Amino acid sequence: MNQEHPILRVEGIHKTLGEQLVLDDISLSVNKGEVKILIGPSGSGKSTLLQCLNFLHTPDRGRLWLEGREFKASGKRDLCSLRQQVGMIFQDFNLFDHLTALENVRIALVKVKKLPASQANRRAKEELARVGLADKAALYPAQLSGGQKQRVSMARALAMDPKILLLDEPTSALDPELIGEVLAVIRFLASTGMTMIMATHQIAFSATMAHEFLFMEKGRIVERGSPSVLLAAGATTRTMAFCAKINELSGDLGTAKNQTP
Amino acid sequence: MSEYWRFLQDVVIPALNQGLWVSTLLIVPSALMGLLLGIVVGALRVYGPAPLRKVNEAYVSIFRGTPLVVQLFFWYFALPHIQIMGARLVLSPMAAAILGFSLCSAAYHSEYIRGALLSIRQGQINAAQALGMTKVQTIISVILPQALRRALPGCGNEIIYLIKYSSLASIITVSDLTGIGRTIAKQTWRNIEVFAALGIYYLLLVTVATLILRWVELRISLPGFEQAKN
Ligand SMILES: Nc1ncnc2c1ncn2[C@@H]1O[C@H](COP(=O)(O)OP(=O)(O)OP(=O)(O)O)[C@@H](O)[C@H]1O
Ligand SMILES: [Mg+2]
Repeated sequence: MNQEHPILRVEGIHKTLGEQLVLDDISLSVNKGEVKILIGPSGSGKSTLLQCLNFLHTPDRGRLWLEGREFKASGKRDLCSLRQQVGMIFQDFNLFDHLTALENVRIALVKVKKLPASQANRRAKEELARVGLADKAALYPAQLSGGQKQRVSMARALAMDPKILLLDEPTSALDPELIGEVLAVIRFLASTGMTMIMATHQIAFSATMAHEFLFMEKGRIVERGSPSVLLAAGATTRTMAFCAKINELSGDLGTAKNQTP
Repeated sequence: MSEYWRFLQDVVIPALNQGLWVSTLLIVPSALMGLLLGIVVGALRVYGPAPLRKVNEAYVSIFRGTPLVVQLFFWYFALPHIQIMGARLVLSPMAAAILGFSLCSAAYHSEYIRGALLSIRQGQINAAQALGMTKVQTIISVILPQALRRALPGCGNEIIYLIKYSSLASIITVSDLTGIGRTIAKQTWRNIEVFAALGIYYLLLVTVATLILRWVELRISLPGFEQAKN
């Protein structure tokens, strides 16, 4: 692995929200084509960490580099330029409610990337087709299913040609029968070498493509390693214990596997 | 009865038609400027830097907290006595009325706009920012198009109110519908006919405005933004 040139690297990220230290000295680095999975109990700081990686949250302390260049949350230029290169997928999709699927994908191409309208249109259509929604281009979010909305939101992020994609529980808001279509897109992206950091509870699914699991608790990464090691039969890791708990709640690992296409 | 109609036809209607024109010249610019200013003030109250936010809050408190008649008196009678850098600003009755109506109605519009802006979910803003949009781009391309749709019923109501309170312009000597109506009533002593006709003129104005607003609402309505019909 090419440790010298990570796509994204952060060091010593701290974040306090209200009175609570939500992120406590987080460091991580992601190389090109790697998939890192954030797991951990609710409230452990996964969403906050992801939002610190594109400065939706301003870290109180810590440094961030994208392809070796340092970005500062205090610089407006840096802020917009970092966000253009880092895609984000939200748990509840956050499609722009007043725009059609096509316009959702196109808007940042026009406003942020300043592409000419015809080019932006073409690109937006291609991206929708890539997530299998070419025929839904003219529909508004209110007319789409949850799975379709999440796929549009992925097309919207991918149209910006992000260097890395941050996914915050992309399937948690979906009905079980809609999860598969979104996971299929994620699996496809991984196969094309897209660099990703994903917070998820879909352990079985992510184990099949993750290079590393990061287990978070109380704002710290308390365990990290490849899924094959952390989830090896008989392993006594926190990750294993956590997975056992999830599976107890949601059936068994088999169910999770069935949801993967 | 025929005498009654002749009076309406020969005296009241021609005069009120003239007043209708003057009222329209009052209402349309006031409505447009009021709405535009209201959007700006509403946006600044929610997204502006702290000092601007305070200034705009103060503006709204003053204009919502004082009678419109007092505001009109101020612009028409008091303003000429105030010296600003050696100059005095004397407004025509028309200009004073339009200024007064725009400022007052903007204060109310800004309330509806503010409420609508606050109703936009944080997720919409996060998504826009995550794509690299600047704050201004986010407000213009994502927040306002949604907020204006939500604010339209309230702002529409405010425009209907404006049509009715435009009658106060007559107090500062504008010959609008009400001004002309009062003049004919005084001259002819036929209060019933004149004021009944005057009421019908306002009813017509309000009806036309309602139809226009409903058309606009229909034009900009989108799936997911349907307004509850009342
Ligand atoms: N705006 C806020 N103000 C104060 N505290 C907050 C705020 N947002 C989040 N927190 C707290 O920060 C902690 C971490 O939240 P975060 O959403 O990052 O956790 P998470 O790991 O993503 O949890 P989940 O699995 O439920 O999504 C939680 O304890 C939460 O209560
Ligand atoms: Mg979360």
